[in-house]
Amino acid sequence: MSHTLHRRLAATATAVALGATALTACGSSGGDDQADSGPVSLTYWAWAPGMDKVADLWNKKNPDIKVTVKKQAAGDDLVAKIITASKAHQAPDLVQAEYQALPTLVSNDALADISREIGDTEKEFAPGVWQQTTLGTDAVYAVPQDSGPMMFYYREDLFKQYGLSAPTTWDDFAKTARALKKKAPDKALTTFSSNDSGLFAGLAQQAGAQWWTVDGDKWKVGIDDPATRKVADFWGGLVKEGAVDNQPMYTPAWNKALNTGKQIAWVSAVWAPGTLTTAAPETKGKWAMAPLPQWTKGDNATGSWGGSTTAVTTDSRHKAAAAKFATWLNTDPQALAALVKESGIYPAATAAQTSGALAEAPDFFANQPDFYMRAAAIAKTTAPASWGPNVNVAYTAFKDKFAHAAKTRSGFGAALTAMRDATVADLKKQGFEVAP
Amino acid sequence: MSTLLKAAPAPGTTPGTSQGPPGPRRTALLPTAALLLGALYCLLPVAWVLVASTKSGTELFSTFTFLPGTGFADNLADLGAYRDGIYWRWMANSALYAGLGALLSTIVSALSGYALALYRFRGREAVFNVILAGVLMPPVILAIPQYLLMAKAGMTDSYLSVLLPLILSPYGVYLGRIYAGAAIPTELVEAGRVDGAGEWRIFLRIAVPMMSPGLVTIFLFQFVAIWNNFLLPFIMLGDDEKFPMTVGLFTLLSQGSNTPALYTLVITGALLAIVPLIALFLVVQRFWSLDLLSGAVKS
Repeated sequence: MSHTLHRRLAATATAVALGATALTACGSSGGDDQADSGPVSLTYWAWAPGMDKVADLWNKKNPDIKVTVKKQAAGDDLVAKIITASKAHQAPDLVQAEYQALPTLVSNDALADISREIGDTEKEFAPGVWQQTTLGTDAVYAVPQDSGPMMFYYREDLFKQYGLSAPTTWDDFAKTARALKKKAPDKALTTFSSNDSGLFAGLAQQAGAQWWTVDGDKWKVGIDDPATRKVADFWGGLVKEGAVDNQPMYTPAWNKALNTGKQIAWVSAVWAPGTLTTAAPETKGKWAMAPLPQWTKGDNATGSWGGSTTAVTTDSRHKAAAAKFATWLNTDPQALAALVKESGIYPAATAAQTSGALAEAPDFFANQPDFYMRAAAIAKTTAPASWGPNVNVAYTAFKDKFAHAAKTRSGFGAALTAMRDATVADLKKQGFEVAP
Repeated sequence: MSTLLKAAPAPGTTPGTSQGPPGPRRTALLPTAALLLGALYCLLPVAWVLVASTKSGTELFSTFTFLPGTGFADNLADLGAYRDGIYWRWMANSALYAGLGALLSTIVSALSGYALALYRFRGREAVFNVILAGVLMPPVILAIPQYLLMAKAGMTDSYLSVLLPLILSPYGVYLGRIYAGAAIPTELVEAGRVDGAGEWRIFLRIAVPMMSPGLVTIFLFQFVAIWNNFLLPFIMLGDDEKFPMTVGLFTLLSQGSNTPALYTLVITGALLAIVPLIALFLVVQRFWSLDLLSGAVKS
């Protein structure tokens, strides 16, 4: 249901759009703020659990700027909802938005440029993270909140039992998958899932892919670039020969496979412990985390999967106050400690990644006490990401095309081309110029 | 229902004669099997929800699908405690939207259906055809235009923004006209006029009682439709204190990629959400089973 709903929403929201504008031409100056004197009331659409409690901390200290959190459901549907509200000039002051949604929101003129309001916040974040909130311009459209550096998770006990070791390169990874199939044909190292596009995007990002870049005033779509093709062919090959499974993630069957040790590894991100806690409760303390395998031995890069920002909308009548809150929320040590505790996020601010709030490993990974120390080191190696104004279209195309290719185990080459074509066609339909 | 009709001998025929099926009690195997399959198809998911709601978080995906778990009381307590019991607030909101919305919609449908069926006026068929076209239009595609209209009136994110669009239901008006046309003989209305009753009095005292089984049907249809409605409140409302249950439970499912979905709470919440519907059907059933044509005039 949510699939059709999403499509309907996306299609209607696009139809409602008053006309797409080129990236460089958008964003509002935000100069028409009402004077922020006297008590100001801000609304904030967010999905992170416990965000209202974090906002309460702020409200206690800042009686002049009252922030009310209105909890929403995360995902592409929320992006459509924000755009629709923005068209009607009814958007809230602040929104939580994933990194890859920012260009879509900006090209619909939903987000305000807050570069003047936030001062030197930039130094608190890794450049690869910050660059995603500027979209390569002088403007700043959001303050990073959490990030999802990708890692390799594996069942330490079962790896030992089958005489395997954590792979350091993708070549090793393929060999490990084949070795496991030989020793235990009913098990699989992991699965290639086509139901979460973020995973594939992160893997491509690690390989150096740049899916959307600006070339003059045209968009250049690199979904079919050599780096992405390398990733697609690698996984397509593994699926084709049956070395890894082809079933989607986050299903009851997948939970069971992890819980019973039918799948013994997972390429995931820093938030995996939380997912594993509910998906595979009986495997507590049996997992270990390692850096993502590399394409070239000795390299040190990872992608990111998930993560979000706090953005101020063009509809906000108190942009300065909203930007002040967004900065506090994502850089103040007390706020970040509360976010870690209440919302379970992995903060994007570099100082917080090694702070006291993250001193202890997640309960599920108590066997790896230096979990967050290693995570912080891995987070520093995040490759830059580049998003465009129709990530949702590319993601939907990925789910459709790769699901079919994975099911029939027929290689991913054609699916990747189809995904690129769908993305380019949609950009053109929206009125963007696309470089060949 | 239809098997019952089939099994009973038609009035006026003698069972056991050479014509027709030999035995009056012979069950039609194929239709019965098809209906049983259909019933299974509809009831199996409900059974799943029932069983799954008894499972604790660790049991949910690890034990056999239809093996009851041990966590029902905990799930209920967790659901009640989630964000200081906001679930009950969503439940109350749903009851308000569905109860008041269905009531208002039934009133509008009764009035307009009656008018369309019994008054002759210029453009009557045109109006009715427009409404018929409205029946074919899925309400989903109207949600965003309705949102933009509400925004113009400055009424988004309010209880009214969800209630108002639900009051006029083309399907309800359509049913209202069909029921009014079938249940109210024109002779009766004319007799009322001859006796000096005003139009309002005729409608309230004569038409409404005769239409009431149909009105109950319209009310139930609308109640269920609003209770299950997702997109309209999803678009209209930003304030989670005003969410109905459908939108509220959705926020428990999508909490972002770093937070697992609260499956046990959503399943328990979904189970509780069908309880009021079942209760409503049981209560209203007796008004409902009346024959549409049990009226005053026999033809």
